This record gives sequence, C-alpha cells and structure tokens, in this order.
Amino acid sequence: MASTDILLAGFGGQGVLFAGKILAYCGLMDNRELSWLPSYGPEMRGGTANCSVCISDEPIGSPLVLTPDILIAMNQPSFDKFISDVKTGGKVFYDSTLIEAEYDRTDIEVFGIPSSQLADDNQLKGGSNIILLGKLIKETGLFGLETVQKAIEKVVPPSKAKLIPNNLKAIEIGMNN
Amino acid sequence: MKGNEALAEAAIRAGCKCFFGYPITPQTELAAYMAKRMHKAGGVFLQAESEIAAINMVLGAASTGVRAMTSSSSPGISLKSEGISYIAGSDLPAVIINVQRGGPGLGGIQPSQADYWQATKSLGHGDFQLLVYAPASVQEMVDMVVTAFDRADKYRMPAMILADGLLGQMMEPVSFPEINVNAYDKSSWAADGHKNKREHHIINSLYLKPDELQKSVYDRYKRYEIVKENETDAELYLTEDCDILLCAYGATARVVKSAVNSAREIGIKAGMFRPKTLYPFPVKELNKACETAEKLLCVEMSMGQMIDDVKLAINCSKPVEFFGRTGGVIPTPAEILGEIKRIGGVK
Repeated sequence: MASTDILLAGFGGQGVLFAGKILAYCGLMDNRELSWLPSYGPEMRGGTANCSVCISDEPIGSPLVLTPDILIAMNQPSFDKFISDVKTGGKVFYDSTLIEAEYDRTDIEVFGIPSSQLADDNQLKGGSNIILLGKLIKETGLFGLETVQKAIEKVVPPSKAKLIPNNLKAIEIGMNN
Repeated sequence: MKGNEALAEAAIRAGCKCFFGYPITPQTELAAYMAKRMHKAGGVFLQAESEIAAINMVLGAASTGVRAMTSSSSPGISLKSEGISYIAGSDLPAVIINVQRGGPGLGGIQPSQADYWQATKSLGHGDFQLLVYAPASVQEMVDMVVTAFDRADKYRMPAMILADGLLGQMMEPVSFPEINVNAYDKSSWAADGHKNKREHHIINSLYLKPDELQKSVYDRYKRYEIVKENETDAELYLTEDCDILLCAYGATARVVKSAVNSAREIGIKAGMFRPKTLYPFPVKELNKACETAEKLLCVEMSMGQMIDDVKLAINCSKPVEFFGRTGGVIPTPAEILGEIKRIGGVK
C-alpha cells in the first residue's frame, strides 16, 4: 500500500489524538512518510475531536484527510458524519458499545467491536481507543506488532511509563476480538 | 514533532536568547515550549501583558545585540506592527513568527494566508521591508528559523516566518541539523554597556531633519537591493515542460503539488512554482519556471494577494488566473485539479 489516509474521530477525552499519534509514530518507526493533523479549536472534553493521519511512501501533500481509507469512529455523531466519506474498499472500525451502526454502503468493510465494554471488563479505563487500534492492526496489517510496541513506548511520556503495559494489553485485546 | 514546537526548538538551537510572547491560537504551543525549554537553555522566556509589550521587549533585547524573537497569529501581528516598524527603523535584527489564521478582525482560528500583503508590503508605517520566509513543512520551519536569525543579523533587519495554522498544528518527522551559528560583530552598534570605555551607542528611529531621515532610508534600501540580489529562494516542480504553471506557497503548495501530480497522470502538463522567500520575491526563479507555460494559476488561502507579485514578476506577459479559499477553508486537491482542467480546456 503506497499511501494510507486515516481519520480518527470521537469525543474529546476518548484519546482520539493519542491513538492517531501512535499510528503516526508507527510510520516513523517504519521509516515512512507521515503527517498528523488534529482538528483544533474550541474543543474540550466531551466536545468533538478528530485527527488526520497520513502514512505514505511518497512525500505527503495535503495532510488533511477528507476521504479516508481507514476510519476509526468512537462516537455516534462521528460514525454518522464520516461513514459516507470513506473511500471505496476502505475499512471502518467503531466502538459497538457506544454506536448503533446504520449505514447503506456495501463497498466498504465495517468492523464493530465493543471496545468500551472490553476496556471496562479488563480494567483498562480509557483504553477503548487502543483496543480499536489493535483491531485495525489485525485487519489491515498496516504495521507489525513490533512496530506498534516501539511506537507506544515512544509516545507514552516517561512520567507515565507505567501505563505502557496497559496499552500493549489493549492492543492485544483488540487483535483478539 | 508539532510545527509550533519545531519552530521553538529551532530558535533555541539558532541561539535565540530572549523570547517574548502572548498566547493566541493557533501558535500557543510555541510559547508553551519556550516556557519549558528556554530557561534550561540559558535564555529568557517572558509572557508579556500584551502583544504590544512583547514586541517592544524584542526591540529592547535586540538593541543589546542578543538574538530575540516573538510569535503570534494574525490579529496579534497587527498589534505588533507599530513595534516592528520601530525595529526596522532602528536597523535591528529580530525574528517574528506569524502562524496565520483567518481574518479580518478576530476572524477565526483555522489556517489562512490572508496576511501576505501585510507581511510583504505593509507591516507598519514607513518605508521598510522584512525578510519573509514561507515554510511548507515542519522540516522547513526548522531550517528557515535558522536562516531567518542569520540573515536578520547579517542585514540588520527584522525577519518573519509566515506560516499558518495547518503547519503550526501538524506533526511530521523532523531532524535538527548541526547548526553553526555565525557570530556577527555587533560591537559597532549594540547598546550593551560602554563601561566608560567607548562612546555610547544610540538605538533610535527618530530623525527630525528630513535630509537625515532620507539618508537613513536610502541606506536601508541599498541593503534591500543586496537582499533582492542574494536571498531569493524557490522550489520549481515539474516546470521544465509545463503548459500550466501553478503558483502557491506554504501549506497550500502541498495541496497544489498533489493536484499537479494528478494532472500529470491524466496528461495535463502542469508544474508548480513555490516561493520560499516572499520578500525578496523570487522574480528570476518565477520567470524561469514559466518559460514554457501558456497560463499561470495562483492558488492561495486568501482572496488573492500573492497574485499581485506574480503578475509584477512576469510583467503581466502571460495570463494569470486565481483560485482561492479563505476564512480558514483549506482547498482540496480535487477542486484545484478541477481548476487546472478548466483552464487547460479539458472537460
């Protein structure tokens, strides 16, 4: 795959930007071109947040993703808003605990996993985003597990290093569901 | 690394010792990074009470010969304009960063390029110019900050990095090159304490005698001629055989490049001219880029500002069309391709 445009969307506070950052760092670990662009503005916890991540073998033109190859939707408004923008042949990952998926597209693959529920069941509070990432890694093969591990170790700040195992566990749960 | 943070880190590595700022979206990460890092690097970070105070602190610091910088976004730059004019009138080096957002007035907080005229033509009252650099990637932000500090010292004039909210907020891989900071001799003018060992130096922009003021402006414009001769820089992309030449700078040029590639795929010979310096404008480079072109298309995130310099540079010898988005709307590769097809007469 020469070029992959990814859009991650949800409520502020769900870790949409953080999950995007892990994907961007995966690109860095694999020596590929990448960009990460957050929506910025009057967003806050509970408001809407999204971020664009481009991974490519060529220099990246516009870092703004309007028609994603991959969509991660973490709340109902994001799913409803962006599902129609996904490219033909694209893949969608959503949190089926929070989202009732209604859509009429047959040209895309849609994967729902109860990531919020899984996070709660496994004492991984706030780990829903990373569980969805795990699912994405499994279904797209965009990055190897080792790359993801390295990226997580890089993105989690040293002061929060104790959270690295939790993130790795969340990836594993995502890959097994 | 985020664009705003990269600007800050590059400035510190380029020997910036004083940063004075005032928060404004979308450049606040820059000041936040400075607040964290600057004191460890042996410099001063100060959040001023206003943009006007911040730029006057830059004037004061620059007077002593240290490398000083401020940053803001469009409305804040307007507030700084008086101080920038004083800095230019006092022949002081300084770096000013504008991470542009939509305007006029308070406008919005999304990316824009509507401050082109302000930066290149009218940043304050009086006859003067700033060096204006237009990065298109996070890496270029780093490289251009280093160049801006160097040339500001070399020509004793303020330099601006004209970025936008998209570049400031986005994250890309970046590497920090080994920077050899040129030490310019400032001993003939810097007001850094005479210790009773020399005449005192006066930093001033007030000349009540018209002849003297005229001479100071004439002298400055002689330097601008050297700047125009030596400091232009531009990227020429697929211009050797192009029929249509697109002109764009900064973040817009990234989108334009994608559109140019798509146009080539369907057999339209499109090329791109991207000025990296907006003042001095790369006149020679543009004329070279458009040698084979029949038409030019200028694309900006504004209602059309750089297009004036494009027309002047080629002396209106070829038709120049315009496509723009404004208010914080970013043009898409598809709509630019649409314009290329329309102009190229392809249905």
